[in-house]
Amino acid sequence: MIDWLPLWLSLKLAFITMIILLVIGIPIAWWLAYSRRRWTVIAEAIISLPMVLPPSVLGFYLLLAFSPAGSFGHALDRVLDIRLVFTFPGLVVASLIYSLPFMVNPLLAGFKNLPPNLLEASQTLGKSGWTTLRRILLPNIRASLITGAILSFAHTIGEFGVVMMIGGSIPGQTRVASVAIYDEQQSGNYSLANNYAITLLSLSFAILLIVYAVNRHFNKSRSIL
Amino acid sequence: MTPDHFQKRTDPEAPVPPFLSFHATKMLHTAQGPQLFDVRFDLPQGQTLAIHGLSGSGKTTLLRILAGLSPADSGHIRVGNETWLDTQRRIDLPTRHRSIGFVFQDFALFPNLTVRGNLEYALPPDTKKAAKAATTIIDELLELMELEALQHRRPALLSGGQQQRIAIARAIARNPRLLLLDEPLSALDDEMRHKLLDYLLKIQRHYHLTTLLVSHHVTDIFRLATNVIRLEKGRVERSGTSAEVFADKPQITLTGTILDLTPAGDTFLVRIDFAGTILQLDISAEKAATLRPGREITITMQQSSHPERP
Repeated sequence: MIDWLPLWLSLKLAFITMIILLVIGIPIAWWLAYSRRRWTVIAEAIISLPMVLPPSVLGFYLLLAFSPAGSFGHALDRVLDIRLVFTFPGLVVASLIYSLPFMVNPLLAGFKNLPPNLLEASQTLGKSGWTTLRRILLPNIRASLITGAILSFAHTIGEFGVVMMIGGSIPGQTRVASVAIYDEQQSGNYSLANNYAITLLSLSFAILLIVYAVNRHFNKSRSIL
Repeated sequence: MTPDHFQKRTDPEAPVPPFLSFHATKMLHTAQGPQLFDVRFDLPQGQTLAIHGLSGSGKTTLLRILAGLSPADSGHIRVGNETWLDTQRRIDLPTRHRSIGFVFQDFALFPNLTVRGNLEYALPPDTKKAAKAATTIIDELLELMELEALQHRRPALLSGGQQQRIAIARAIARNPRLLLLDEPLSALDDEMRHKLLDYLLKIQRHYHLTTLLVSHHVTDIFRLATNVIRLEKGRVERSGTSAEVFADKPQITLTGTILDLTPAGDTFLVRIDFAGTILQLDISAEKAATLRPGREITITMQQSSHPERP
């Protein structure tokens, strides 16, 4: 019988990550798009690192950072009583870093594709940056918001290497679907592994289908937006 | 906002101290290399100043510095009793605190809002609370600019002329102290330009806003502006009334009636009746498409001692 707990855990992790990334991704993308400072290019490179880095490298450094043996992990443990190694909150923090570019890059592209004088027009009408963002910029990059949310959700579900390094395989805590597939395959339960695998495959396909459908819809309706 | 939101300003003919005093310098990086922008002028309240000059002479830079959209290297800007910029005293009021209405060359309408929504967005928050006053202002503007029928449409599908009317109405909606128009008619075809010119004159008569108009069209300037400054390479090359500034460019304006249009190869021949004198002109097919026999047409002739380019 298929154990639904890993799938549920994957979905929970992806959902929480997506919500937090929406909250932090919008200001980061806004800052990158409109800051005139030259070193935003460095920030862009750092944010995009997880796209090219082997997940095990990211996981390895996160493990070192989060480990109670290290100073950061130790401080977290002592001062805030938070442990990030082999815990669900640890997976959330790792996923935020791991999936950040999948949220920030679509939003950044969205902001950059907007005519710059929309922002200026709003300023000349006496509106603050916050009002401009809420009433003008975000409504005009809806397609990017939906794409960023869905991609970061999907990318978090597909996470494996990072989870292995800092989460391990604790049922109900850190044993997400992608890890469960590996565990079942290692134990020779190929049909069980296949159940998880086919579920993830269908889910990923459905998600991408939505992304492309949304983009096509918005591209078509762009002129009458 | 009080009910006298659009209270008419003082008589523009009366002698008044400069309402706007502007001086700014800025190093510009143009295609022809670095060039210093150094412009100084005063403007009485209620008057319209046209800024004329070749492209790259600093016309748009002037408007952008005045709006706070581009930083100046040094200078001071005073509007009424407010200091908007004083580099010595490190004062640089952000754009959103400067009471301006800015009409962009390409309109810059908000695609996610309806025509009415674009106008409502421009109102200060306290006006929005006084919903009745807000409705009155918006309705008045929609009526004045003949936009009532379009008010619930989104701007993207409307014509250039309609979009420009929305942009002008939006700039005026918050009753700014200064109205800044950046080539407001250049994106439009001739027929539309003339119509828009009438709307702008209507706005001028109605609201008496102190206005700065960037334009390279001498005719527009003659019709709209009281004073002109001509910029050349970032400096005021000439200033005064339109007649003074363009004194070296006598103009003749003729009004006649289009008799007919005949295709002649790639172009068209148009015959125009000027009070009995028939003139035949060779015009492009594109231009011809905007002309109709029986319509009135105005032709302006002007000596081009200073070659103009758009």
